[in-house]
Amino acid sequence: MLEAELDRRRTVGPEIHDAAPTGDIRTMWEEHLLNLRLVNPANRRRFKVIVVGTGLAGAGAAATLSELGYQVEAFTLHDAPRRAHSVAAQGGINAAKAYKADGDSVDRLFRDTVKGGDFRAREADVHRLSEMSVRVIDHMTALGVPFAREYGGQIATRSFGGVQVSRTFYARGQTGQQLQIAGSQQLLKEVGAGRLKLHTRQEMLDLIVADGRAVGIVARDMVTGDIVPHTAHAVVLATGGYGNVYFKSTLAKSSNVTATWRAHQRGAMFANPCMIQFHPTSLPLTSEWQSKLTLMSESLRNDGRVWVPREPGDDRAPEDIPEEDRDYYLERMYPSFGNLAPRDISSRAAKIQLDAGKGVGPLRNGVYLDFRDAIARLGRKTMEERYGNLLELYTDATGEDPYTSPMRIAPGPHFAMGGLWTDYNQMSNLPGLFVGGEASFNYHGANRLGANSLLSASVDGWFVLPWTVADYVAPLLGTDPVPHDHPAVTQAVAEARGRVEHLLGIGGTTGPDVYHKQLGELLTDHVGVERHAEGLAKGADAIKELKDDFWSNLRVVGHGQQLNQELERAGRLADYLELAELMALDALDRDESAGAHFRSEHQTEDGEALRDDERWTSTSAWEAAPPDGVPIRRSEPLTFDAVPLATRSYK
Amino acid sequence: MRLILEVWRQADATSPGRFERYEVDGVTDEVSMLELLDMLNAQLVAEGREAVAFDHDCREGICGSCGLMVNGQPHGPQDYTPACLQRVRTFSDGDVVTLEPWRAGAFPVVRDLVVDRSALDRIIASGGYISTATNAAPEALTQPVNKHQAEAAMDHAACIGCGACVAACPNGAAQLFTGAKVAHLAELPQGQVERYERVRSVVATMESEFGSCTNYGECVPACPAGIELDVIAHLNRDFRKAVVIERRGEVPQRTDVPWLARLRGGPWWQSDPGDAGDHTER
Repeated sequence: MLEAELDRRRTVGPEIHDAAPTGDIRTMWEEHLLNLRLVNPANRRRFKVIVVGTGLAGAGAAATLSELGYQVEAFTLHDAPRRAHSVAAQGGINAAKAYKADGDSVDRLFRDTVKGGDFRAREADVHRLSEMSVRVIDHMTALGVPFAREYGGQIATRSFGGVQVSRTFYARGQTGQQLQIAGSQQLLKEVGAGRLKLHTRQEMLDLIVADGRAVGIVARDMVTGDIVPHTAHAVVLATGGYGNVYFKSTLAKSSNVTATWRAHQRGAMFANPCMIQFHPTSLPLTSEWQSKLTLMSESLRNDGRVWVPREPGDDRAPEDIPEEDRDYYLERMYPSFGNLAPRDISSRAAKIQLDAGKGVGPLRNGVYLDFRDAIARLGRKTMEERYGNLLELYTDATGEDPYTSPMRIAPGPHFAMGGLWTDYNQMSNLPGLFVGGEASFNYHGANRLGANSLLSASVDGWFVLPWTVADYVAPLLGTDPVPHDHPAVTQAVAEARGRVEHLLGIGGTTGPDVYHKQLGELLTDHVGVERHAEGLAKGADAIKELKDDFWSNLRVVGHGQQLNQELERAGRLADYLELAELMALDALDRDESAGAHFRSEHQTEDGEALRDDERWTSTSAWEAAPPDGVPIRRSEPLTFDAVPLATRSYK
Repeated sequence: MRLILEVWRQADATSPGRFERYEVDGVTDEVSMLELLDMLNAQLVAEGREAVAFDHDCREGICGSCGLMVNGQPHGPQDYTPACLQRVRTFSDGDVVTLEPWRAGAFPVVRDLVVDRSALDRIIASGGYISTATNAAPEALTQPVNKHQAEAAMDHAACIGCGACVAACPNGAAQLFTGAKVAHLAELPQGQVERYERVRSVVATMESEFGSCTNYGECVPACPAGIELDVIAHLNRDFRKAVVIERRGEVPQRTDVPWLARLRGGPWWQSDPGDAGDHTER
């Protein structure tokens, strides 16, 4: 049944090979650098590079390329480069500095990342990530990031997310903010020096492809509404992840998939779209109007105990539920890791309780995280010192006091492991189109380790793209960016304008946010923490129906020649609707469980993810559907030489 | 509860604005200031009327996008808290709530509650950084940093760049923002090399765009990041010292950076539109 269902929805294309160089991964990057072409300093100003996004990856690439002498134009949809969503990462950034005598090394970070990703990431890329992590900390320190220090002046580290070494560097609970500020300051340094052109409040609407190469973008000035082309020798997309497709997610409201999705429509392959991480400790919804799932740091699980009432529909206040009527399910199911089980596992365990009708709170959509025992053991004061800010934030949000009544938490869509497919140079299959950070796909496989997202964005932006972009542009010396009257440019601009006019002209009655909420509910139900074939097929059909309704009944108030946030939301949602269909299809197609992609048909006897290494040790890279056709799935086979395939266990 | 909203509506930077009155019903205690606007906008869109434009993004107090005056107070009635984390529970049924954009000469209105805060970035672009080329950094541990200094640097670096300090200031001054950046970098050994050039330059930019500080201190409770008034003292102290050092001729006269070369002729983005001109497009 599944095969027939799939054949109706997709075709299978040829395999992808040669994405990474061969040889010993421990020396691969160094050797690769020797083989990359260089551009003479005097010639660099003859090349123009467009960088979209000013988060950690984008700011790093733009600032470095500008320092090197390239003409760089950076684009952000924010009013200031500092606001990119890298700013919101809390916990820290991993690096294999091995500042403690605890057995850490480049190879250990590499191994933890490959394993954490449940063996669905590319070994060569992950090894480079681990190697360059060391330089990232040096660089960020030099830029003025106030990393936490020990009394002797050394940089402090902490352990994170279940690994056994201490390699996470942090600046209080605001590590992302501090790295992001350092990055955007470097970007602004280049602006101040007159070397880099920064376009704020400009949103990329399309990629321009001429003769098979990415040669520019179409961007809309969000204030005036003007839609114009920008052409260059190379384009870098560092536009972040797509978790906000669920509407209620831990992401910022403007996070979107449009830049990468438009590139996908122009020929770039989209890899592993179904791989999305649910964070187990976000705040559950308390009101219909709650606009996002605020993240509560995972560190709370160090001292909180997770439980639900033993019986479904138990309406008693938590204080009135006696010990024997409580189910501390994480401690019961995972005795050795208990409340500290990894993200994907904790999220799934919570989902099982919610599905069994044991959810708590007014909307029955959360589980308790209880500090009663920790307060009794350590005292209220210690708890205030450890978690004061977080507990205050919780009180702000809910009006409840977590010191006297347990906190409620729930899984929330968080990080996209999937993204545009790239080769070892972070270049997509479209020559000239580079991708970095969360917009790309290559490091995290089926599940991301905590504190690895800031790392991958930093490594791509500061320590990979500046080298690989040079290699690509070097042979283009003597050529100019494609002129604006080139048919590929005029056509892309006309199409982007046409799309905006179409959205404005539908003339229906329903605003974009209403559709976005419905899409989020469909995805949560069918492409959520746990999926199964039947639900995915149903979900894909329902998403398609919603998409059809969107295109016939959407209302966008206002016009296009103004700051029109409804229009912005409508455009982003149009792309999210298409992405959502592909997420469901990819989840249906990947007939195994791996990391965050948990197919209930594929589990071990005790309910853990059951990979099918024989069939699925591969990345799925999707080509967009040809007109009147269906999407084409291609596979990049993965090999695991340095870290042999093994089963994760947290029992 | 039912709230009556008086919202500033302005089509664009050049059109005149006015207050419009709306009613939003069914508001519950947990709703944030921004979600209150979401509710209003859903209502307006359902009626086919134009939604209120307002800046917002992360909605967890760190991106600094949101900024609106609530009953005349930046971000709302609660001190030290951004609008996205302020709830409406301090209001009562039937209350009138006035929502306006940031009030400051340096922040022109773009539309409705959205303002142009690029002047803050021009301060940073004129020196609010440490010049280090990528790949040039030494091993991070070669320069130990005293824990208390690192903590102090972090206190100052926590600024989210929202602009509430400017909006709160009767003079529309940006000393708290600028001081926070200067103090952050001056606390760290990495920031010493450019310390005095930096302060001269960012102050020149700040003074050309913002009002002057007269120590009202209104900025402090408005600041969601808890930046303290001592950063302004820090700014003034470093600035005076920079002037003295410069008079002694001890600061190298750099010529490779437009904003330094042209310090005396005015800020870099006004001085020579043909060359280093305005590189920050909207």
